[in-house]
Amino acid sequence: MNSDTNNSVNEIPLIEEFQKKIDRDEKIEPKDFMPEAYRKTLIRQIGQHAHSEVVGMLPEGNWITRAPTLKRKLSLLAKVQDEAGHGLYLYCAAETLGKSRLEMTEELLSGKAKYSSIFNYPTPTWADIGAIGWLVDGAAIMNQIPLCRCSYGPYARAMIRICKEESFHQRQGYEIMLTLARGTKDQREMAQRALNRWWWPSVMMFGPSDKDSPNTETSVKWKIKRHTNDELREKFIDAIVPQAKKIGLTIPDKDLKWDKKRNNGLGGYAHGKIDWEEFWKVVKGNGPMNNERISSKKKAWDEGLWVRNAARMHASKNQSTVVAAE
Amino acid sequence: MAEEKKDTDLWEVFIQPKNGLSHRHCGSIHASDRNMAILAARNVYARRGEGQSIWVVKSKDIVSSDPNEKAENFSADDKIYRHPTFYDVPDDVGHM
Amino acid sequence: MKKDMVDMVFEGLLRIGDDNLILGHRTSEWCGHAPTLEEDLALPNIALDLIGHAQALYSIAIQLKSDYNHEDQLAFLRLEHQYKNLLLVEQENGHFGNTILRLFYFSTYMKYFWEQVSINCFFKKLKEFAEKAFLETSYHSKYSSQWVITLGDGTEESNKKMLEAVSNMEPFIGELFDNDEFADISFKNKFLPKPSSIFKNWEKEVKNVLKKGKLNLPEILLKKNGGRKGEHSEIFGFLLSDLQYMQRAFPNSKW
Ligand SMILES: [Fe+2]
Ligand SMILES: [Fe+2]
Repeated sequence: MNSDTNNSVNEIPLIEEFQKKIDRDEKIEPKDFMPEAYRKTLIRQIGQHAHSEVVGMLPEGNWITRAPTLKRKLSLLAKVQDEAGHGLYLYCAAETLGKSRLEMTEELLSGKAKYSSIFNYPTPTWADIGAIGWLVDGAAIMNQIPLCRCSYGPYARAMIRICKEESFHQRQGYEIMLTLARGTKDQREMAQRALNRWWWPSVMMFGPSDKDSPNTETSVKWKIKRHTNDELREKFIDAIVPQAKKIGLTIPDKDLKWDKKRNNGLGGYAHGKIDWEEFWKVVKGNGPMNNERISSKKKAWDEGLWVRNAARMHASKNQSTVVAAE
Repeated sequence: MAEEKKDTDLWEVFIQPKNGLSHRHCGSIHASDRNMAILAARNVYARRGEGQSIWVVKSKDIVSSDPNEKAENFSADDKIYRHPTFYDVPDDVGHM
Repeated sequence: MKKDMVDMVFEGLLRIGDDNLILGHRTSEWCGHAPTLEEDLALPNIALDLIGHAQALYSIAIQLKSDYNHEDQLAFLRLEHQYKNLLLVEQENGHFGNTILRLFYFSTYMKYFWEQVSINCFFKKLKEFAEKAFLETSYHSKYSSQWVITLGDGTEESNKKMLEAVSNMEPFIGELFDNDEFADISFKNKFLPKPSSIFKNWEKEVKNVLKKGKLNLPEILLKKNGGRKGEHSEIFGFLLSDLQYMQRAFPNSKW
């Protein structure tokens, strides 16, 4: 296969056939022909997605030992564990494209690879756990459901499994918020402060505005992205605003208002201005927790090296005894 | 500390969802050897009580057909005599 | 049940419940920090089982006493000396091998313990629970034994780390098999097995696994104990300040 990004002349019919296949809604499988740019885009996208899942374990993982009840502790632990699973499924999907998990891990730890900026915000209170489940998992689900139909088979299959597991994540977050909102004054305030902290970062999770997002067009054509950032963002806001109202919490956007002309007359919310400067600041590594997140992952990885080495060595010793016995 | 140059092997995981059904592919894991592979497969893919038996096989040991030969491998769809409806049997014979 | 029997059953449920809760707490600290992603799933699985056992045991216990109406009161609102867990389970995790070796010792013990309970216990609720607990702890024992062998046998470095773990753990093992007054009474009443009666099976299995990992089991003597009486290590206070923080900071709230 050609490893050049530029497609050679004899690849042109293959590329046409590839695009036709995608247009017919057929899946591309690992050994099928694919243009190099498709492979690279997918590796980047799946890799970032996988990294986000595993880094995403940290802000919530913080609260496992401090969860207020046994029931909350068990569901938080199960949820954070699920995120490890999601990372694992996605790394395996990326691996079918020829990139090893080791390489991807090293790129994450060296700071070369990106992950969702949302996880660079801190979780100072228990209410942040509610807010993350409700908003961040909520936003993630919006992003992820269309990906169950994406054109690359292993990615689509991983997403189907992930979406199934995600089904309780947002509900547990919302239930936490609801309980706090119905609780004591301290609890209500804690919930509102957490919503204030997580609202804008969640809205930004869908990525830059369509006009500043150059990759979208090709990705839509290849069906590795099915909606634009702004489409998903608006869908998210429309879903969340009534949920907040229902539990008496206030969305921290004074320009938020109902606009009945949106969505072809079905109506939708117009939101206030997004602070993209803040977004890019965090993406570039200057968010409140960027360093802490990566150094915590790096510490775990470095401290695990002797374990991984031992496992490999034990396996290779056994391998030779198995062979000798044959 | 020693440098790490090699990943552990990738394994494909197959789970039998219920007694009597075939094992179905459900994903992959990394593991250093077969004992670890079975444990990891269980820990990752049977967390919700799915399944009752697990198979693991090294991904590199799977032999797969060439996608370019799809047409020649799977060209039997014109062999209509392999389908029951190809044969006429009187209705009063009953279910056959 | 007569009052002294109720007290005995309650005490027994606390001992086992606390062992599971505290080891579950320690195991859950690994979530997100394990040596591989596969282990990041494995360790929380085990923590979920252990904390789940604690929850089930506490919920049986509160039905025996009118001063409790929720298992969280037992898990979160006792004072340090009212927790009855072994010193072994409250120790800090240390490195991965240390955590694994402790899990292996404990789960292998509990496997035989639950097996006995499922056969002999007069208290039906616990007897029934023991069947499920036996299966889960058997898996924990199998999982951890595989790692003990792998790490013990692996590299020179890993063998050294496991030797370290063996000696770290050594002073705390005696307490597992200690027959105190409660143990004798509960055995006489067909409630729980005598801890010392588990030793033979445990020792055989542990020695066998350690040997495959090029490790030796030191002689087991009763060195450090007190957990069963509520006398804990210094480190336990820090664990409780995490565990209890929310319930203490926001008393009488719903979560
Ligand atoms: Fe996820
Ligand atoms: Fe999630």
